[in-house]
Amino acid sequence: MLCATFMDAKAMMWPWIGPPKPLSASNPHRLPSRVARDDEHLLVAAAKRGDADAFEELVTRYEAKIFRLTMNITRNREDAEDAMQEAFLKSYAHLKDFQGDSRFYTWLVRIAANEALMRLRKRRPNQVSLDEPIEGAEDLMPREIEDWGPSPEQRFAQTEMHEILSEVIDKLEPDFRIVFVLRDIEELSTEETAKVLGISVPAVKSRLLRARLKLRQKLSRYFRQGRTN
Amino acid sequence: MNCKSVIREISNYLDGELEPSVKQELEQHLEHCEDCNVVVDQVRLTVDVFCDSKPVELPSDIKSRLHEALRRKIKEKGNQA
Repeated sequence: MLCATFMDAKAMMWPWIGPPKPLSASNPHRLPSRVARDDEHLLVAAAKRGDADAFEELVTRYEAKIFRLTMNITRNREDAEDAMQEAFLKSYAHLKDFQGDSRFYTWLVRIAANEALMRLRKRRPNQVSLDEPIEGAEDLMPREIEDWGPSPEQRFAQTEMHEILSEVIDKLEPDFRIVFVLRDIEELSTEETAKVLGISVPAVKSRLLRARLKLRQKLSRYFRQGRTN
Repeated sequence: MNCKSVIREISNYLDGELEPSVKQELEQHLEHCEDCNVVVDQVRLTVDVFCDSKPVELPSDIKSRLHEALRRKIKEKGNQA
């Protein structure tokens, strides 16, 4: 199973990141996620009344995003599929417990993230240490500061860009990667991320800062000006 | 504010979570520190490039297994009711 996973890794790598939009340095504050469309609560209400078609519509709407999430956490296709499937089945089984105090999508992300984390911990028991303290600020200072030049998306073909993003996030340590995925890709709040992972808000912030700095460093290898492709 | 403090506050700065006085200090530092400017811009781009990524359609084999499992669950639940 592990060999097959390793052999398939390159082939399955990039689609879970998806095509990036052009980079923009002019947008310091991102807009909140608009994945949860306005009629989500109507579908949830119908599904709670026993309308199976309404629930299937919710699944169809979010399946790709939930698979991207579980893939980004586990970095293993089989585990990602299991976690995604279990998340949807559990959300259906426990739909009556969903109180509507958050978006359905956020509730689903919590369930899926937990399913993915369980599988990651089982596969890599010594590599996920979210509850351990991390070092002080001394290691944060960037070692290399190089100009990235013009927008990278103008220099890289879309497929190549997908591979770059997948490769750099794959190399990030799991405890940093998970926080980054939940906060910056799934756009959970810091508090929601802390709740999903069972760690404190300061711990989320600390790991997020390190994740962002580490990813910047890794991307520099690809994006630095003068690099030829 | 020195470079080390700027690096420590980058996330809070980009997320708009800094106190106004701290934000002002940080931006004053950025006015004259080219290295910190580059790092702040690159961290912002790093977040943007991942944040803006879109999931592609689920592979058909995974999709069909998911919906098959779902239909079984729905049927099972219907039989219990």
